[in-house]
Amino acid sequence: MNNAGPLASPHTRQSSSVSAIMLQVWLALLPASLFGVWLYGWPALNLLLITTAAALAAEALGQRLAGRPIMPSLKDGSALLTGWILAMTLPPWAPWWVAVIGALFAIIIGKQVFGGLGQNLFNPAMLARVALLIAFPLELTTWVAPQPLFSANAPGFIDSLHITFVGVAPLVGGVDAISGATVLDGIKTELARGAELGVVLPDYYRAGDAMLGQMGGSLGETSALLLLLGGLYLIWRGHITWQIPAALLGTVALLATGFHLYDPLRFAHAGVHLLSGGLMLAAFFIATDPVGSPASRRGQLIFAAGIGALVYIIRTWGGFPEGVAFAVLLMNAATPLIDHYVRPRVYGRDPHGKPLDYQRGRFARRLKKQQGGE
Amino acid sequence: MSESRTDYRRIARDGLWDNNVVFAQLLALCPLLAVTNTATNGLGLGLATLAVLLAANLAVSLLRDIITPQVRIAVFVLLIAAIVTLVDMMMNAWLHDLHKVLGLFIPLIVSNCAILGRAESFASRQPIPAAVADGLFMGLGFIIALVALGGAREILGQGTLFADAAMLLGESFRFMELTLIPDYRGFLLMALPPGGFLMMGFLLAGKRLLDRRAAQLATQEAGA
Repeated sequence: MNNAGPLASPHTRQSSSVSAIMLQVWLALLPASLFGVWLYGWPALNLLLITTAAALAAEALGQRLAGRPIMPSLKDGSALLTGWILAMTLPPWAPWWVAVIGALFAIIIGKQVFGGLGQNLFNPAMLARVALLIAFPLELTTWVAPQPLFSANAPGFIDSLHITFVGVAPLVGGVDAISGATVLDGIKTELARGAELGVVLPDYYRAGDAMLGQMGGSLGETSALLLLLGGLYLIWRGHITWQIPAALLGTVALLATGFHLYDPLRFAHAGVHLLSGGLMLAAFFIATDPVGSPASRRGQLIFAAGIGALVYIIRTWGGFPEGVAFAVLLMNAATPLIDHYVRPRVYGRDPHGKPLDYQRGRFARRLKKQQGGE
Repeated sequence: MSESRTDYRRIARDGLWDNNVVFAQLLALCPLLAVTNTATNGLGLGLATLAVLLAANLAVSLLRDIITPQVRIAVFVLLIAAIVTLVDMMMNAWLHDLHKVLGLFIPLIVSNCAILGRAESFASRQPIPAAVADGLFMGLGFIIALVALGGAREILGQGTLFADAAMLLGESFRFMELTLIPDYRGFLLMALPPGGFLMMGFLLAGKRLLDRRAAQLATQEAGA
């Protein structure tokens, strides 16, 4: 018998190269993205394609400047995914230069400057999102109401090129393109005007629409349901852990419920917070980025709870209606600290770092039971 | 220090490039990042700092034999503070508009570590001409850094170069005020503090790239 090669089983058969994981994540994002394209029409598709292409070009440029091989890094799909996620967090009718500048910023300043894949401190897509929001506040807060593909008011393909490349919305179906506030925008404005939440909330928020995503918002963040499905798929395939989404969404839900019970007129209930803005996208696809999140499971719980708390604080008391990108970046910055204090247990050692004594404790009892059973 | 002939070429090269306050020593970053949202602001602070550096180096070099080592830092700080106060008052009198823009950063020149650094590491051990030359070239190097950073941020941030230069240098310098990109919508990020850090990083990378090229060329010539 030929005894060469690895012997001890079981072997994992899952392909876990970077590109395979990226492909899985991309597949999980696809339903929500396609829904976004359907909901906001051709301009949204332009945005997705331009952002992704610019991200790939920026990656190639960065690798070339750094003297690293270009093709392997393009093929691993990480730049494609970064561009794709960035596009999903942008207003769907954003002009082309917003997409290009954002993608360049994400890849070159967010990733390549730190040394490429796996070296970045901050989530590149969120970094670019915040940079764009600060640099171009008008373009980044101009939302359109849903105008599904092939519906009466939707812009045709030619009109969409006009929207993306010229920037002035043309007359669509005889009327100007309809702008619409997001749920969080609307609530913030109304509360600032002194309105009572219970009265104005139904104007902006309908639970069913919010669940499906039939509302104004960024390209790929509105459909909570499809994002949830994609996220659950990734958890099922083992590409992300449940800790981060659970702790993130749990913290937001807990805080929102607590404050809502305290004063229902000023604080929206948990459903509004969970189903609007970029929370679902961030919980499953952005905060779970293995590069910027802690290594240990306990650390991930702390990290995600921190993001959740910051999101709630910024949304409720901050200057911006939505705070997901800021929250992710702030907790990215805290990740080295979390990793310092909450370390994963070393294999073969107890949580305090001492070697496991195999003759005592749980391990020994299990061993004894096994031997007794034989 | 040996009393050999002072190498002024070395001093000039160090101050302007090799040992530049900003690009090599990475000193004085706080005022640098804070005021350089336009080239004019950078130039203004640079001129003020140059004046202080010159005067401080001169004073320290003059007094270097009287100051005992035990109290030298305190004396340097006092000297620099006195000079900065003079510059601050003079700017307030004669360049009032610019003084309002640069505001807090003129008095803060006192705490500019580059000035104390030159006093301690150079002027207190060198004769007067060398100390003055060092102050001049270190100050010029600082101006170069401030104007480069301010200019780059101004072009990207608002599409102009040396806007309001007339306010600093007088009406005859209005020709310096350029609008490089007409109808520019502005890239606000570059005018804000993060833009300072980003552009600083790019300029540092650029300098290292140039230095590396130069070193490569030098070795090639040596080999040939």
